[in-house]
Amino acid sequence: MLKRIYAIFRARNLEFVRDRSSMSWNLILPVALMFGLSFIFGGEGRTQYTVGVLQSEEELDTEQHPFLDTRFVRFVVVNDKQDGFRKISRHQLDLLVEFGTPPRYWVNPSSPKGYFVEFALLQSDTPAEYGMQKSQITGDAVRYVDWILPGILGMNMMFSCLFGVGYVVVRYRKNGFLKRLRATPLRSIEFVIAQVASRLMLIMLITTFVYAGTKYFLGTRMDGSYLTLFLVALVGAISLLSMGLLVAARVTSEELAGGLLNLVSWPMMMLSGVWFSLEGADAWVHHVANIFPLTHVLNSARAVMLDGARLVDVAPALLSLSLMSVVFLGAGALMFRWRPN
Amino acid sequence: MDIALEARNLVKQYPGVLAVDDVSFQVRAGICFGLLGPNGAGKTTTVEIIEGVTPATAGEVWYFGKPSGSRFREEAGIQFQNTALQDHLTVRESLEMFQSLYNRQADLDHIIRECSLEDLVDRDNRKLSGGQRQRLFLAVALVNKPRVVFLDEPTTGLDPQARRNFWDLVNRIRSDGTTVILTTHYMDEAQILCDEIVIMDVGKIITQGSPASLLQERYQSVIIELPIEDVSGDLDSIEHRILETQGLIEISTDDVNTSLEVLATHVSGLNRMKIRQPNLEDLFLDLTGHSLRA
Repeated sequence: MLKRIYAIFRARNLEFVRDRSSMSWNLILPVALMFGLSFIFGGEGRTQYTVGVLQSEEELDTEQHPFLDTRFVRFVVVNDKQDGFRKISRHQLDLLVEFGTPPRYWVNPSSPKGYFVEFALLQSDTPAEYGMQKSQITGDAVRYVDWILPGILGMNMMFSCLFGVGYVVVRYRKNGFLKRLRATPLRSIEFVIAQVASRLMLIMLITTFVYAGTKYFLGTRMDGSYLTLFLVALVGAISLLSMGLLVAARVTSEELAGGLLNLVSWPMMMLSGVWFSLEGADAWVHHVANIFPLTHVLNSARAVMLDGARLVDVAPALLSLSLMSVVFLGAGALMFRWRPN
Repeated sequence: MDIALEARNLVKQYPGVLAVDDVSFQVRAGICFGLLGPNGAGKTTTVEIIEGVTPATAGEVWYFGKPSGSRFREEAGIQFQNTALQDHLTVRESLEMFQSLYNRQADLDHIIRECSLEDLVDRDNRKLSGGQRQRLFLAVALVNKPRVVFLDEPTTGLDPQARRNFWDLVNRIRSDGTTVILTTHYMDEAQILCDEIVIMDVGKIITQGSPASLLQERYQSVIIELPIEDVSGDLDSIEHRILETQGLIEISTDDVNTSLEVLATHVSGLNRMKIRQPNLEDLFLDLTGHSLRA
């Protein structure tokens, strides 16, 4: 069994490595995006003012303070105080306010945007009828490049996993290669394992290589454990590969496969937090995003890289990803078809 | 002699099409067995059911006295009519990959020599000509030192020289005692290579036996062929079977001398006349009423 898996695994690796256009795409895209964004944003934080409003309700009541009517400021509800403090320390929030008794606010003294938005808050409290109480939270800013790195690596991983397995299996089925393999002692589970293992190894190598390059040249932030991050990437890649196999389980047309894979990948790219945070988005958006494996991958990777999350902190996400993998692989194996009808 | 393969009452029903209709036959070990018929006769579907790549609607396949299963997959070599190999692999790498899928293994260098692939082993398998690809597909079918080899339309698209080389190769495979199952719509190919044949049409077997015995049983006569335009008179007075096909008049007769005397008075010249033995194509035409290559 292992000999057969290795034979298919090796052949697939050779095919990938010798396919220069595919290889280049997988390497150049994430590197170009990282360096391009790093150049464009010059390592500065995002330009919009973001203020967290600490409250238990999900809906923000703008009547409770005139500051909430301030233009050019995005207000997001924060339910967890510690979460709010962490974001202030990371400069992910410019200010955190709580309109309790007494009303309070927290600001990071090293945050330039916090400094200006504090002025706006105090201006709206003139004369000081609300008596805002100030507290300070310190911490270094999270640069956009630090924030976007997991997104780009995750996006590259997603495309490579979905198209690298899904599209390829459909091509094999269409051109008769799967039918040829069917006439050998190779079993479907051996074929699937070989495909997953091959792409998994390649994508982990590429992701590690790109991550190491950005870390070295851009000095990207890493507050957690590399091993935990690697585990997040590994479990995430397996879930995305499983999803690709499920999409490709029965499809015989490359055009249809491309459409289905785009149907899966684009919502993930828009809603999983590749390019922008979903903070402040409606609850239903979060519910939809949580269906996607990429959301769990990116949230976990950012938690490890930016907040120093430990394995136990990301364990629920890893469990979700593992469950998704089991469901996708199981359904894919049940539906798998060697040849077109 | 052992029965290598047995098809028992095979049926394959596609929506609206009965592709294989209760087909049964036996293949003795060590022979070249031909499955003949026009396109759409059901021969490829029948063979793919036997190969295990297409499930039958009904019926069974037995391999050396037992229901076909994992042993068959290990011991069979299959050359498909339309297939592909993994891209970006050389000829040798392709062969090595397929060989690794089997426990039974042939000497790869011997196969490469037998299939005349020595000069191509380092070439990307996508950059082969039609004949070279067919030889590679055959080599892939031989990597496990098979006891049974399936060749599905192996010479379709090859030039005459390449076809003859391929026939030599098949004969060498047979000489090792390997059972060869050949599907083809080339009658000359079947007549040269096959010990036994089954002729199929519209999903059914219409006759089976050795090519020689089938022809001997049906024909005692020879066939005289003449271009239609050379015939100027009325041939109704000739009492032998006459067919017009592809611009030719074919006269089946067991008395050539008498027929020639009659023809001499009805045709403008006999320079383009041919006299030949009946072949499998004639047999098919007789049995079905339509041309084999239709």
